Amino acid sequence: MNLPVHTEGLTKRYGALTAVDDLHLTVRPGEVYGFLGPNGAGKTTTLRMLLGLVRPTAGTVRLLGRPPGAGRLTGVGALIEGPAFYPYLSGRDNLTVLARYAGVGADRVALVLDLVDLTDRAGDRYAGYSLGMKQRLGVAAALLKDPRLLILDEPTNGLDPAGMADMRTLIRRLGAGGCTVLVSSHLLGEVEQVCDRVGVISRGRLIAEGSVAELRGTAGLRVLADPLDEAAARVRTLVGAERVRVVDGALELAVEPERAAWLNTELVGAGLAVRELRPRERDLEQVFFDLIEKGTADVA
Amino acid sequence: MSRSFRAELIKLVRRPATWLLLAITLVLALIFTYVFPYASIAGGTTGPNTDRTLPMLLPDQLVGNSLGGLPVFLGSIVLILGVLTVGGEYGWGTWKTVLSQGPSRLEVYAGKLLALAAAALAVVLAVFAVGAVASVLIALAEGQPVHWPSVGDLLTGIGAGWLIATMWAMLGAVLAVALRAVALPVGLGLVWMLAVQNLLAAIAAPLLDWVAQVQKGLPGPNAGSLAAALGSPGDTPGVGATVGGGQAALVVAAYLVAFALIGGALLRRRDIG
Repeated sequence: MNLPVHTEGLTKRYGALTAVDDLHLTVRPGEVYGFLGPNGAGKTTTLRMLLGLVRPTAGTVRLLGRPPGAGRLTGVGALIEGPAFYPYLSGRDNLTVLARYAGVGADRVALVLDLVDLTDRAGDRYAGYSLGMKQRLGVAAALLKDPRLLILDEPTNGLDPAGMADMRTLIRRLGAGGCTVLVSSHLLGEVEQVCDRVGVISRGRLIAEGSVAELRGTAGLRVLADPLDEAAARVRTLVGAERVRVVDGALELAVEPERAAWLNTELVGAGLAVRELRPRERDLEQVFFDLIEKGTADVA
Repeated sequence: MSRSFRAELIKLVRRPATWLLLAITLVLALIFTYVFPYASIAGGTTGPNTDRTLPMLLPDQLVGNSLGGLPVFLGSIVLILGVLTVGGEYGWGTWKTVLSQGPSRLEVYAGKLLALAAAALAVVLAVFAVGAVASVLIALAEGQPVHWPSVGDLLTGIGAGWLIATMWAMLGAVLAVALRAVALPVGLGLVWMLAVQNLLAAIAAPLLDWVAQVQKGLPGPNAGSLAAALGSPGDTPGVGATVGGGQAALVVAAYLVAFALIGGALLRRRDIG
């Protein structure tokens, strides 16, 4: 099977600094893969290596099954680290220039301009575009070749909320249409809403990979009971003190949600009034920060 | 590569700076080759650099007059065009945009160099055309007969001018790749062409024999020798018969190829930031 993206041991060092460290990344056909990490984690360097803009220090890259070399970016569209165009050309002329490089016809230019809702302003000089319009033109350029693999680096940067929603819709639509999308972001909500799978990178290393649900995991139970002190003492006895935290007047337990009924029985049996007992779902932000903090985890 | 060439042509033709540079080139060529000398002749002015006579401004001197600016001043403008064409991609961060469309670095670079070569030819043709018009007007104003150089001389002159202009454009391109910028390559290129070359020729070479020998291998003096061999006035800055015309043409061509190859090798090897 020709995997859209497959790297083995991908590494990039700049002197003493290791920007990307032994990265094994696989993106499956048709999925929307979120590449998540804080600023400076190595996301953009990785994407640049995928596109051949930066030479790896070690490791291999294959896009759509093809090794580096002539024609490796056939069927691949990309927007890397923000849009960059010729300021003296109009949006349409910028795309026309890129279409020449890509060897695609003028009909694609009109089509992608329409797709990103820029047709009305296509004749304006790029220098006069707003940040959001520039970003949309960047996406249009990435779509010029009708790609089977689309690589987007922080595609919602500079977009207003409506623009961000439009971008998410576009990404989902492309994914549903069979296009594989690799989207990097530091915005958790964005990734959560559009991605089938997520890889988390920190300090150049892939520290977690899986679906959003897998990454969240089943974090535990949240218990409201009176009196709180007695309830906390009882629960610590039952599940172990290290698994119990008191947060905002509630108990947060690091135990499987399936143990809720048993726990309820025990607390009620001990004469405690249980007001609330429900699974506590970790939000992705907490997962993200936990992962980054730990530096190493394998959730997948 | 033809795709890249066509893409580069769009960028070059639509860029206002290209036309501004062409306009400056033509104005400089016109003013310093024809207007000032003719004004001096018409006004009977005497002094430094006023030794051009009317016959030197007539159409039969078109080849030499058109080539005279290329070793230094007009060459500097073509060098700036070379820097802008390649360095602009660094300044605007557009290398990644272009290369993400799939062409290889060398395809894009070759397209740029071809577009620069075409632009250099256009500049030289424009300089010849403006010179032709100016010299005819002077001839008519002074009641002189209009004699043109032979077609062979014209073609040789245009070819030599294209060779010199393209070499300077390639120097601009390689400086832009080496320094990955616009401002610094333009600055260094102009310092070399306008200051260092003249200092070497005017001060160092007459004093030191080894500098005089080195001069024979440098691009500027060879461009000047080529222009001189085809009739450019000896009082034009940068023009002088340091070596013979044939050798000068070979050296200029060698520099052209070397600049192009070095730029390509650097671009291919380095990361795109």
